[in-house]
Amino acid sequence: MSTVVYVPKDASALSIGAESVAQAIAAEAVVHTLDVVVKRNGSRGMFWLEPLVEVVTPNGRHAYGPVTPHDVPSLFASGFLKGAPHPLYLGPTEEIAFFKNQQRLTFSRVGVIEPTQLVDYIAHGGYRGLRRALTMEPAAVVQAVMDSGLRGRGGAAFPTGIKWKTVLDTAAPQKYVTCNADEGDSGTFSDRMLMEGDPFALIEGMTIAGVAVGATRGYIYLRAEYPHAHRALNDAIKIAHGAGYLGEDVLGSGKQFELEVRLGAGAYICGEETSMLESLEGKRGEVRVRPPVPAVKGLFGMPTIVNNVISLASVPIILDRGAEYYRDFGSGKSRGTLPIQLAGNLKRTGLVERAFGLSLRELLYDYAGGSASGRPIRAVQIGGPLGAYVPAFQFDVAIDYEALSGIGALLGHGGIVAFDDTVDMAHMARYAMEFCAIESCGKCTPCRIGSTRGVEVIDRIMHGVNPEQNLQLLEELCDTMVNGSLCGLGGMTPFPVQSALKYFKQDFLKVRLP
Amino acid sequence: MSEKISTIVARFSGQPGPLLLVLHAIQDEIGFIPDEAVPLIAAGLNLSRAEVHGVVTFYHHFRRTPPGEHVVQLCRAESCQSMHAEQLASHVKKRLGIEFHETTRDGKITLEPVYCLGNCACSPAMMIDEELHGRVSAARFDELLAQLERDV
Repeated sequence: MSTVVYVPKDASALSIGAESVAQAIAAEAVVHTLDVVVKRNGSRGMFWLEPLVEVVTPNGRHAYGPVTPHDVPSLFASGFLKGAPHPLYLGPTEEIAFFKNQQRLTFSRVGVIEPTQLVDYIAHGGYRGLRRALTMEPAAVVQAVMDSGLRGRGGAAFPTGIKWKTVLDTAAPQKYVTCNADEGDSGTFSDRMLMEGDPFALIEGMTIAGVAVGATRGYIYLRAEYPHAHRALNDAIKIAHGAGYLGEDVLGSGKQFELEVRLGAGAYICGEETSMLESLEGKRGEVRVRPPVPAVKGLFGMPTIVNNVISLASVPIILDRGAEYYRDFGSGKSRGTLPIQLAGNLKRTGLVERAFGLSLRELLYDYAGGSASGRPIRAVQIGGPLGAYVPAFQFDVAIDYEALSGIGALLGHGGIVAFDDTVDMAHMARYAMEFCAIESCGKCTPCRIGSTRGVEVIDRIMHGVNPEQNLQLLEELCDTMVNGSLCGLGGMTPFPVQSALKYFKQDFLKVRLP
Repeated sequence: MSEKISTIVARFSGQPGPLLLVLHAIQDEIGFIPDEAVPLIAAGLNLSRAEVHGVVTFYHHFRRTPPGEHVVQLCRAESCQSMHAEQLASHVKKRLGIEFHETTRDGKITLEPVYCLGNCACSPAMMIDEELHGRVSAARFDELLAQLERDV
């Protein structure tokens, strides 16, 4: 009987040595003539423990980590293949508190299965949602997504079902399903983990969307910075095609759905949906004026669903378990679960999928264990580079769309970046403007010019040049950008700046050498 | 070179909205988008040269000059900053003797800034060619650099 050992091939795990650990385990097994099969899973999302090695025993999967190649001989010597104790032993994987206290719906298979093994996917509940959807009327599938309360997980939180219904109700010779996988917000990596760790979930979600609205073609717009996800998706699409889950006749239903991955080219703005569509058409990623919305006139002028990876990957479970099952998680108008990403200066970074409604404090201290540096957490930025900075006295806010907007913050794609008390918030505000200047598509003036002027004004303030006057100028500039920009890049870049000004004004007025 | 480019253009010209596909393929094969490619692409895809030029220059990923043998992309985004990416950037620049968007004089290494590699749980992060690295300290960078120097 061979023993199965899992070593992740998630890009983050690889970035800290998972490949050499996998090789060392395979080599050590040969030395001891032991029958070991090394399987490569996605990540469980506990990155402070990566590379996290799991051994399959009769009593379930047991975890060891963080493992380096140097630890491998001693792991074998102490009998880790039987789940024996060792200084790196962490117990049964799913009993680790960080993992145990989660509600994994969308991420139920990530880190568990081998990502591109279709049999594994199906054995863990995969493709049940599509099979159910194929027995339903298209309008009923759309209704199920509406009833689930699912809102766009990319950041804008628009109800997914309403987009789908608009596409369904718009007659056209061709419709498209597009997936926005241009995950560019700092502090976010849930799309990447899902695509690398469970690519069939996204493929299934997109296929259900296609079947529901009558779209026969789908595109995944993937950022070029994600080569590992690119390989996983292409492999999975090929396998799904070969097995009849994609193609001219999806599972013998007579319905067609073809899927293709297209790569972006390093432009943050292409995460904005209309800019993404321009880019998919092979053009400069300049924002379109809305209306018309993409659901009416999208890719190549046709009705198009544009949804984020997590939104689409949540659809299979909604169809499989029913809209009520999903909707019963969450609070208020934020239904279901959210994969929250804990990043930056935190002791335990990783992915926490939980129903909406837990507090920011729980995430920062119970899950993440405070800062990595051991210093007090001074501020966190939620929702990427366009999200507000939240000061420590607001850490009791609940993680849901309405509660966060109530304090002038936003949830966005669910990334949380923590900063300790060494952070210079004037510097972070300047960076927000600098980032906007680098990434602006250039179509509208408030964003194109305003961001550059923003950097200059903050520089003057930081160097003590007429600080009071320039602070007022900065506030006026922010107001112009918020109200005058064509899309969220120029319109939201002021949020981190304004929040830094509001809560950390002293950082702007610190005396600095020119 | 122009034959290579024309072959690539022909390979994708039947696809809807093929320009980015063509540019990626050219850069993957040649390492950059040479200026002489622009009229060839324009003719092959029935676009104006201005349209092709506009797309090449819009996207940070496409380069118009050959890169060094290795490309180091260093993340400058917030999560990496919270783990002192700015100090790492200073170290890297000093060590290589170049600024962002420059190539070392021996043509070995090009340094580029990048805004998020999705490795925010292991900040600070960098990508060397297609290999991602996390929790990169100054010492770790020096090790990686030594490996590159051994390889070439």
